[in-house]
Amino acid sequence: MDKIIELKNITKAFDGEVVLDNINLNIYDNEFLTLLGPSGCGKTTTLRIIGGFETADEGDVIFMGDRINDVPPYKRNVNTVFQRYALFPHLNVFENVAFPLREKRVPRAEINERVTEMLKLVALAGFEKRSVNSLSGGQQQRVAIARALVSKPKVLLLDEPLAALDLKLRKDMQQELKKIQKATGITFVFVTHDQEEALSMSDTVVVMSEGRIQQIGTPVDIYNEPTNAFVADFIGESNILDGVMLKDKRVVFAGHVFDCVDSGFELKEPVDVVVRPEDVDIVPEEKGMLKGVVTSVTFLGVHYEIIVDIDGFKWMIQTTDFVDVDEHIGLYIEPDAIHIMKKSEYSGMFGDYSSFSMELDEIGELPEENLEELGELTDPEASEDAESERGE
Amino acid sequence: MKNRNAALRRGSLVQRLALAPYSFWAVLFIVVPLFFIAFYAFTDEELHFTTENMRYIFTYKTDENASLPFYVTIFFRSFKLSAISTVICLLLGYPLAYRIAHASPRMQSILITVIMIPMWMNFLLRTYTWRMIMLDKGILNTYLGKLSLGPIHLINTEAAVIIGMVYDYLPYMILPIYSVMAKMDPKLLEAARDLGCNGFGVLRRVIWPLSLPGVISGINMVLIPSVSTFYISQKLGGKSNRLIGDEIEDLIYYNRNLNRAAAIAFVMMVLLLIFMAILQHRANKRAVA
Repeated sequence: MDKIIELKNITKAFDGEVVLDNINLNIYDNEFLTLLGPSGCGKTTTLRIIGGFETADEGDVIFMGDRINDVPPYKRNVNTVFQRYALFPHLNVFENVAFPLREKRVPRAEINERVTEMLKLVALAGFEKRSVNSLSGGQQQRVAIARALVSKPKVLLLDEPLAALDLKLRKDMQQELKKIQKATGITFVFVTHDQEEALSMSDTVVVMSEGRIQQIGTPVDIYNEPTNAFVADFIGESNILDGVMLKDKRVVFAGHVFDCVDSGFELKEPVDVVVRPEDVDIVPEEKGMLKGVVTSVTFLGVHYEIIVDIDGFKWMIQTTDFVDVDEHIGLYIEPDAIHIMKKSEYSGMFGDYSSFSMELDEIGELPEENLEELGELTDPEASEDAESERGE
Repeated sequence: MKNRNAALRRGSLVQRLALAPYSFWAVLFIVVPLFFIAFYAFTDEELHFTTENMRYIFTYKTDENASLPFYVTIFFRSFKLSAISTVICLLLGYPLAYRIAHASPRMQSILITVIMIPMWMNFLLRTYTWRMIMLDKGILNTYLGKLSLGPIHLINTEAAVIIGMVYDYLPYMILPIYSVMAKMDPKLLEAARDLGCNGFGVLRRVIWPLSLPGVISGINMVLIPSVSTFYISQKLGGKSNRLIGDEIEDLIYYNRNLNRAAAIAFVMMVLLLIFMAILQHRANKRAVA
């Protein structure tokens, strides 16, 4: 695959505050690349630097071998789908899509042909004469995509294009975007803070935080082999524990020694251990590697999400087996379910579910003696009501 | 269901009550005066119906050999001078409004205040000051003389009237255009640049069409007061540049002929209405295309 865009040592600050700190990234021809991170991580700024709306303070933007730092947006063979679509309200659907072609003085017949073809691609044939203000969010989205694709850019930049759509429509558009990308063979650079969206659509995911790239990889790599606690926590759910490598493929955490599949660490090296909630098996207490008490159970449709207290550390476990609150259970973890990471600046910041929002529910589920302790905090009548309800 | 209908009725009663003062105001100060202008325009001194006033203003000549009736010439002059002033205001005001709208928020409020300050000074005083500036031996010519660049004869010319109109009404052009531009989504300008427009392309294809509502109301707010002004033309234009407003003033104060004055006002209103309708229609057509 050919490199189409190269970001080299890109640094950018706004008013002295660093938003991009030495970004290095290669974007390859025909790939679907996603910049993923929480708000303020620098993903949109990265996109705007590629689009030409911001200039990097330091570093180079290379487009097909040429340095384009100072090339204005209208001369770049790159188009953008903006977050709120930015359709021209004074033009109808056809004219919005035809906009870049008219600027290039493309002959009228060719404009008709290409706009019609684009509107068909985004399933908006027949909407030519409609005002863009009369369209639904999803339809406006499609017009924006058609408008950005009609001049056949090498790269399409998408700035959280699905953020304004409702869940169902968002899922449909994810499929459709992927389809359009395959059909046109154009490189997509997609910005989102939604990790599910990133995993389901991308060939390559770039996880960003605090202006730095944390990890670049395929969705599977990012999920299974996160490089640090930030990535492990941001992508999916993770129990992250302090551990120590005893030797290759042997790690101790939560007061128990486990076999694992990772090696290459120093002897006695402190590490972060990631165990995904879906990789933990629930077994009878006496057969468990770890033993704990269930403190909360939430039914989520496909599975239950339970919080288990193991020596004060709260684990999240996803299971299809029903267990009840206060039940004592054992946990069993396969060696390949244990992922070892080097310690990083993010160690200790994530991965313990004791501050999980479900805790609020736990208070209502406390045994009686604890309720009395909480008496000053809770309205006595309300707790009486709770008692009588439980009695029924 | 009944309760809901009752509630709806109550709501509409409250709405109507809330609107009542405005309806009353509109009737008293808009509909009634308009009615009286039309009424006076088509009646004689005994309030009998007549078209004599109309005939008079379209045929009366001070000089038998004049090619056009007296009031028609005045109409032409009024529209010509105010149209030129409006165009100048647009040419000066549009770029200025654009610059203000794209300045920092702090700078925007400073610039808007600077533009409004002259409006806080008395209109008559401002116009009279321009007379002092433009007199043959006035402030301007004194300095031009010292620099051996003048004197220029300005006072009592059409140019003087136009300068007065532009000075007095320029803020009314800037403010509506500014307010439309300030509300424009900056993402639209980025999108245009992204889609192949250079600076001029963005202006021509996005900023200009989207600012048309502001431009039209700016034209309205400059053209209408300048076409009917009398003070500017009296102080800066002298006897040879009398406008519609001056003639209406004469008819009311010196000839005590309200009917002819009303007829002139009526014709002017109809002409303005036609002009604005054409402008609005063209703007709408553009917006749809």
